[in-house]
This record gives sequence, C-alpha cells and structure tokens, in this order.
Amino acid sequence: MVSRAAVPGESPGADGDLRLERVTKRFGSFTAVDDISLSIPQGSFFALLGASGCGKTTTLRMVSGLEDPTQGRIYLGQREVTDLKPYKRPVNTVFQNYALFPHLDIFENVAFGLRRRGVKDVRGQVEQMLELVELGHLARRKPAQLSGGQQQRVAVARALINQPQVLLLDEPLGALDLKLRRQMQIELKRIQTEVGLTFVHVTHDQEEAMTMADTIAVMNAGRIEQLGSPAQLYENPASTFVANFLGQSNLISGEVTGKDGDVITLDAQGRRLTLPVARARVEAGRIIAGVRPEKVSLALDESAIPAGHNVLTGGVVSDASFIGVSTQYLVKMPWGPEVGCEEMSVFEQNTGREIHRPGTPVLLHWHPAQTFGLDGSQDLDAGADLDDEAAA
Amino acid sequence: MSAQTANLGVPPAPAAAAESEPPRRRRRNHLPYLLLAPTLLWLVVFFVVPIFTSVSASVQEGSLDQGYALTWRWANFADGWNQYNGQFGRSLLFAFLCTVFCLLMGYPLAYFIAFKGGRWKTLLMALVIVPSFTSFLIRTIAWKTILSDNGVIVHALSSLHILGFTSAIGFTVGNHVLASPAAVVCGMVYNFLPFTVLPLYTSLEKIDPRLHEAGADLYCSPLATWRRVTLPLSMPGVVGGTLLTFIPAVGDYVNAQLLGNPNTIVIGQSIEHEFLQDSTGYPIASALSVILMAATLAIVLVYVKKAGTEDLL
Repeated sequence: MVSRAAVPGESPGADGDLRLERVTKRFGSFTAVDDISLSIPQGSFFALLGASGCGKTTTLRMVSGLEDPTQGRIYLGQREVTDLKPYKRPVNTVFQNYALFPHLDIFENVAFGLRRRGVKDVRGQVEQMLELVELGHLARRKPAQLSGGQQQRVAVARALINQPQVLLLDEPLGALDLKLRRQMQIELKRIQTEVGLTFVHVTHDQEEAMTMADTIAVMNAGRIEQLGSPAQLYENPASTFVANFLGQSNLISGEVTGKDGDVITLDAQGRRLTLPVARARVEAGRIIAGVRPEKVSLALDESAIPAGHNVLTGGVVSDASFIGVSTQYLVKMPWGPEVGCEEMSVFEQNTGREIHRPGTPVLLHWHPAQTFGLDGSQDLDAGADLDDEAAA
Repeated sequence: MSAQTANLGVPPAPAAAAESEPPRRRRRNHLPYLLLAPTLLWLVVFFVVPIFTSVSASVQEGSLDQGYALTWRWANFADGWNQYNGQFGRSLLFAFLCTVFCLLMGYPLAYFIAFKGGRWKTLLMALVIVPSFTSFLIRTIAWKTILSDNGVIVHALSSLHILGFTSAIGFTVGNHVLASPAAVVCGMVYNFLPFTVLPLYTSLEKIDPRLHEAGADLYCSPLATWRRVTLPLSMPGVVGGTLLTFIPAVGDYVNAQLLGNPNTIVIGQSIEHEFLQDSTGYPIASALSVILMAATLAIVLVYVKKAGTEDLL
C-alpha cells in the first residue's frame, strides 16, 4: 500500500514537496474546499479527480495563488507560500482554455515568463522548449493560427520553461477531441518524465487521471474521498462514490452473517456471497459487496461454474454490445434498487466465447477474491450519475 | 457563378457568365444594393456634395451682395491661415487636452466596468450614456452654474489656493473658473467622455479575464499585467476612443462659446464669424474649413499609423 508517488532517487521528504495543511475555501456560504490536507512528493504526477464543482480547480487555484484559502496553510518544501502573491510563487499553470496572449506570437508567449524575470539567453531557452513540444517551426505564428492541440502544447511550454517547482494543469485536455487527448496524455507524461517536475493535474476524466498520474486524489463535495495509486483506487475503492466514479462497479447490499478466518460471508436477499477480510471496509452489520464488470463471467447453468465462486442467479441479459475487444452486457437482476444495481454490467473478453443474446437467462459468477466490501450505510448510486458526465 | 457573386455583394459579371448559367439561377440578388441605396444616397447628398461645395467655395471670390465667382483664388487659404492660425492652434490644443483627459478618466472607468462590473455592467454603461439624453446645449449651459463664482468648485479651489496657480499658468482667470480655458476644457471633457468610454469598454470587455490570471501566473504584478497584456489588447479601443473624441473636439465651438472668453476663441467660432458676420467672408470660412479638415485628417493618419499597426491584432 505504499504510494507510488514517491519517485525513486528523490530524497524522502524532499525540499520540493507540496503540502496543503487543513485548507478550506469558502465562497460566501458555499464551502468549495473543505479541510483538505495533502502532501505531494517532488517529481510526482498527481491528479485531482472529481466531477465539476467538487473543489478540485479551487484547490489548484489556491496552490497557484489565484485564490486565497479561507483557512489552512500551503507549503512548498519548507517555505510557506499561503500569503505569497501568485506572481511571486515558483509555480506555473497550464490553464483550461490555455489563456495564451493573443497579441503575442508563440515565441513571445513562451518567452513571457523569462522576460518578466529578466532571465538571460531567452532565445536559446525558448527554442529548446519549442523543440521539446515540437513547435519550433511555428514560433512566429499567433495563437489564433494554431490548432487546439498546438495551442495546448504552447500553454505547456509557456509554463514549463520557467522550471516551476510545481506545474499545475487545470483540465488542460478538456477542449481536445478524444484522439488528440489520448496523444497529449502520452506526450504530457513523456515531458513530465523527461523534466522530472511535480505535476498536479486537475481532471474530471477518470481514464485520463489513471493513464497519467502516479497518485490520484478523488474529490467529492470539497473533500478527498480517497487517495492512492490508480490500481489501489480501482481495485479497492473506499466508498461507493469512488467505486462508481472511477470505472464501473456492480454493487449489492447485504448483511454480514459470519467471519471465517480471512473470509467474510454475507447475505444479500438470500444469496450467499463471500469476500476477503482484507478487502472489506466493515466486518459486521450492513455491507455493500462490489465487483468490477470485467471480473464477472456469465454462465448458462450451474455446472459451468467453478466451485467456490460467488454466484448470482435469476439474471436476464437485457443488452449486449460487441465492441471488438470485449462484449459488454447489461444483465437485469430480479431485485429492486434497494438491494443493488438493477442492471449488472459484465465485460467478457472476446476470446471466442459465445455471445449471449438479449433475453437469455444467465447466472453471474466471479471469484470471491475479486469482491470488495464497503460500508453498508452509503448511497449505492453515489458518483454513478457523475460518471456519465465525466465520460461525455 | 453570377448568383454566387451577387450574394457576396460584388457586382456580377454580366453577359458572359449569364449565358452559361441555366435560366433558373440567373435571378440576381438585389437585396444588398437595395439595403445600401438609402445610405449611399444620403452620403452623396450630405457628404460628397457639401465637401465639393466647400472646397469649391474656398477658391471663390465675391460678396453676399454681388454673388460669388470661382476664380481659383488660392490666397483665401493664406489669408485665412494668417488671420486665424492662433485659433487653429487653440482648437488643436483644446482638443488634445480634452482627448488626454478623456482617456485618463475614461480608461479606468471602462476598465472598472468591464472587469469589475459583473452583472451591473450594462446598467453602469447605461449610466455613462444616459446624460446624453439631455440636450448638449443644456448640459453645457449647466456647467455655467457649476463653475460660477459662488459655486462649490470655485469655492473649493480658491480655499485650497489652487486657483492662484492655475491662473498664473493661464488656465483660469483671476478668481474665476468660468470664462477661462479651464472651463472650456472641462465642458469638452464632460461632453466627449462617453465617446471615449464606449469604444474603450467594448475592447476591454472582449479581453478574457483569465489572461490577467495568466499574467499573474507568469510573474507579472497587476500593473505589469496591465502594461504587457491588457493595454496592448485594448489598443483598438484606445485608438477608436481617442479618434471619436479628438475629431469632433477639434471642430467643437459650443463649449468655447458658452464657457470661454474672448481669449479662448477656437477655429469653429472664427469660421462661424466669417461665414455669418462678414459679407465677404464666405470663401475664407470655406478655406478655414478645408484647412481644418486636412489638418485633422493628417493628424489622424499619422496617429493611426503610429499607434495602430504595431500591437493591434
């Protein structure tokens, strides 16, 4: 469970760590950021993930100094920067809409920060930076003459050239189409590895966060729901919000009936399910069992199911979409929303398996170790509707 | 082909193109011409013809009683200039001062409304324009009361001992503000301020406020951000606003007439005097007008070339 954010080779607790201590931001009566504490190691790629209005951008703006925290302190290494003006912070931002200066050409946009600080050899540095983002040939163009992807790279270059202690990226890929976004994700990751700076990336796109970040903080309603590596968050979500927001989850609520060694048994509407103690957030009372769609398999009868698997009966395929690499099923379950997802998602790898037509009665089964357990008092649908927005 | 060009408002090539087109598509779109026609007619009658008349009159000779004849008397220009170059200079000086003060006062106002106005923006801009709903003359006459000897302003200025200084440099006269160059410039600034503010506001309002954040993020203090980002981007508004102020201000004489004294006579008053009060002054008045137009045009061209081309988008 060690955070992957710590980069090998960096001294532990290095001087460039970004720390937020109990930071709160209120706008009038609205609390945008609610008592957040964070420590982001130097050189890591950190993502703040959440739906719009969750406080992630406000958090970023407090780090850049464009917003003052109502309470709390912000440190860069040993130095407190809470009250430092934005233009005095060793932090630069790649803005959501890029905010390139329309009256300056690409070269001057990138040179802007250097010139303000009176740095020597502006030309050499700018040329080198434009080379890094592969825009050297467009140096004398105006921003309006560039495509979205090119503008985005100028914005990165303009911020990066100042060698900030922390580079802040505010949904920098939001305006790009899907294909370009994928390409830029890889490119940004490459640049980050190359220059070794701390990147703090704000996004509502969970795939983007998982692709790029070493550590992700999932934010909801001004608080951090969970913090960890992409794999940790995906495999062991701490709440239904994270389970639904990050990827998809099949959730069923039930009652813990027993604990046998490192296995918990629960009862969901008469169905017996088991899961490892290590993956359960509660060990007694109400519990929500969850399983990711790709872990679940479909079977037509009991005989095809390996012994010891968790089994759910009574499902009927309501939708099957063949998407090449896999077939994604929606299976209508014989229960209401108070029990669990009325429609379960199942992704079956396309390895020559039979495709089940809608209307086929099926059994769902998976290995108990693939099950995670969440506190049963939560809303089953938390974060689920937000995921649609994020995917859009 | 012909249908397309007509749509663009370009005169279509008639014969050759029309022949090759099927008859159905031959109908030209006359709407653009139709919409332009009244304006063009207006401009011809009230702009082209008067300019022509005025230029022609400037080289005529004669008097009201005997009539005027076109004798190409270029000396009208020399006579007019020799007699009234002082008034020319004063007009330009007043217009320049008016433009500078309008810019100094109008820029912060437009900036504030554009960036801090929020949902009050429209209302605040309306307040800038609302005074124009009252007659120009009445508002200027009101300044007579405002600047009168027993008014608040004169009282405040004299108790602060500012009047002594302004009188010493010739801006005011003795213990009065009224009937002085200062009063004329005050009236002009007041009357022309909206003309500066409107274009300024329009161009400032178009600037993405996030560019200010980008400036702050890239080591610019608020002042440096204004200097490096906002000012260059608002130059179209600065140029537009100053032109809209300067050009009418050069020709303005109502303020000088109502708020000035015999020593603040501007070229507009001289033209009026020649035109209405001197039976032989008609050609001189025309020559003065032509000189004024030419001078204004030259100044504007130089100014636009200097300020306009470099940092404008």
